[in-house]
Amino acid sequence: MSNILVAHEVTKQFGMNFALKDISLEIPKNSIYGILGPNGAGKTTLLRIINQITYPDSGHIILDGEELKPHHVAQIGYLPEERGLYKSMKVGEQVLYLARLKGLSRTEARRRLKYWFDRFEIGDWWNRKIQELSKGMAQKIQFIVTVLHEPKLLIFDEPFSGFDPINANIIKDEILQLKKKGTSIIFSTHRMESVEELCEYIALLNRAEKILDGRLSDIKKAFRNNSFKVVLESVESRELLKQLEEAFQISSPLYDIQEKVLGFTVYLPQANTSEFLSFLSTRANVSSFVETVPSANDIFIQAVQKMEVHG
Amino acid sequence: MDKLLLIIQREYLAKVRNKSFVIMTFLSPILIVGMIVLIAYLAKVNDSDKKLVAVLNESGYFQDDFRTGSRISFIPFKDLDLKSAKDSTEQMGFSGLLYIPSEVNLSNAAEQAVFFSENAPNSMVLGHLENVFQSGLRKERLQHLGVSDEQYESVNDLFEIRTSTYGGEMNLKGINELKAFFGGAFGYLIMMFIIIYGGFVMRSVIEEKTSRIIELIISSVKPFQLMLGKIIGTSLAGLTQFCIWIISASLLLIVVLLFFDIDTTLLGSTGGMAPESLSPMAPAAPDVDELQLYFDEVFRLPWLLLIVFFIIYFILGYLIYSSIYAAIGAAVDNETDTQQFIFPIILPLMLAIYVGFFSVFNNPHGPIAVGFSLFPLTSPIVMLMRLPGGIGATGVPIWQLIVSLLLLIVTFVGIVWLAAKIYRVGILMYGKKPSYKELYKWLKY
Repeated sequence: MSNILVAHEVTKQFGMNFALKDISLEIPKNSIYGILGPNGAGKTTLLRIINQITYPDSGHIILDGEELKPHHVAQIGYLPEERGLYKSMKVGEQVLYLARLKGLSRTEARRRLKYWFDRFEIGDWWNRKIQELSKGMAQKIQFIVTVLHEPKLLIFDEPFSGFDPINANIIKDEILQLKKKGTSIIFSTHRMESVEELCEYIALLNRAEKILDGRLSDIKKAFRNNSFKVVLESVESRELLKQLEEAFQISSPLYDIQEKVLGFTVYLPQANTSEFLSFLSTRANVSSFVETVPSANDIFIQAVQKMEVHG
Repeated sequence: MDKLLLIIQREYLAKVRNKSFVIMTFLSPILIVGMIVLIAYLAKVNDSDKKLVAVLNESGYFQDDFRTGSRISFIPFKDLDLKSAKDSTEQMGFSGLLYIPSEVNLSNAAEQAVFFSENAPNSMVLGHLENVFQSGLRKERLQHLGVSDEQYESVNDLFEIRTSTYGGEMNLKGINELKAFFGGAFGYLIMMFIIIYGGFVMRSVIEEKTSRIIELIISSVKPFQLMLGKIIGTSLAGLTQFCIWIISASLLLIVVLLFFDIDTTLLGSTGGMAPESLSPMAPAAPDVDELQLYFDEVFRLPWLLLIVFFIIYFILGYLIYSSIYAAIGAAVDNETDTQQFIFPIILPLMLAIYVGFFSVFNNPHGPIAVGFSLFPLTSPIVMLMRLPGGIGATGVPIWQLIVSLLLLIVTFVGIVWLAAKIYRVGILMYGKKPSYKELYKWLKY
């Protein structure tokens, strides 16, 4: 039972178009899992299937070892991409209503709301209407509603779109706190750089199909391209660059004659860094030597290209 | 089930607390009663506006025939020539001058008579004058034929045929219309309720879509639960409003009647909310005894039957239509896009009301009345217009009632199922307004 959620060959069609084609995923417990892909890849459809808002044409979903059933909605917290609140309803009533729809009793909901309202220092909003609040304030309320019933699995669709940086950081911290307490978290976004640092696992979706999934660090290793960013100091002339270019594959060199700084990218097949570094040690001061790790974005582009080449 | 109750509660409170709803609830009875009082008052004022007609009669005929009545006063001019008579009529602001020249006989005098007025004359005044001439002429001709005055009077007696049922009870004239009128009032109520509160349901669905809360909610409850809760909650709010309206309007009306001492018979002909509430009585004003008979007849209507079936047809009809309204709300993004879809559902309602009033009034059990009372989209209204005649031999045949209800129930299940499907897909669709073809596609998602 190490997976909170398993999707098995989930397929969904809208008319003639596939929204999801044989998608299988394994989302480990207590992890942060990113479902990444461009708009229209099928991410939201997949999340809606997990939330039983729509149903797959075939395939099935296992939540924490059980076949997904209507009563499981109480164990999932979902913050959809299209999110809002009743504009003319008071904050307090509204959060109570939404919490009770998730199955909390009135007293229990009140108790937990007090905790969260105190935590975000928004206790005095209770009797205000949503239309009087700013967008950032409403987002905090939405976050509270999503996590209030202490679900095992939290799902955020485009979590940071529309957040200002301060609120985004507050929410990010809260999510990490929840993860520490044992909650499993799914992020879904087309802005891959926004969640890269948070995700331990990712799955890449493109045009209704999964193109790859796994631990992010493994994927990055698999996609390393053996190139390194190098910065050298005290370089007296362009002579060194010429020597380097003769011995190695150098790209995008940049020489600042005033500061005597030379920067470039070097491609080292089989990553034989020792040969390169010993070559430099007698000729210049190395101020920086970093492997260029591909971003999720780069990986995605490469993976898609690979898919298309191999058909 | 708990969740459904929660949704119903929220929808009810959201509606009832809405400012415009509260204002409408308490303002409408005042407006309606105010309108009735205003109409009654205006009718009274209009009535007291007597027409003044000057008469210059140079002939020897029609001397006593132009008598001042409740609506026209005749002012006789004597020893004036026509020119000065015209002038003084104009100066005094009379409605007009009736001039009868001196002629050899009565019919010539009538033929040569002229009515002078500045503007085109009032048809009531003209009609009155014509009546006077006509009866004078008729009388004179009959006298030529040797008919005496007494004989002439007796000829004028109005005659009314007595009507009776086979059992020997008195059958009242116009009672069919009266019965259909009461059924029609129920039908009209259903139509108004559907249009007003169906619209509320639709707007409430649109609000959830535009405020983007819908997906948050249906990750907790089934879309069908939400739709049902919304329809029930809104209709409960509607019933509350209707009850407040009926109670406060009748209280207000009583207060106004007592306070202003307005002639109640006047209200009978001008009051009422429905434009169709033309008095269904026979044109000859019934005397008090006959009025009592009409009241008896109204009390003898099968009220229990009517109310039971009103409730059944009301619930089924409202659920059918409001689920269509909910589906429309789900299919569009804003209210302006709804027109194209609303028209087809208003159509059968209007048809039911008008066909009902025109054909059921004349013949409650004729083929058109039967057809429309079986067709499920019109039956809630039309069947209720037929039901005051009772069921069984003299009224609606039992089989028709059963078929009508069965069809309605089958349609109810079908329409709610279809509407729920469109609703389920529609609430998650943003952007463009769907075509009918796309709605059809949604059914298969």
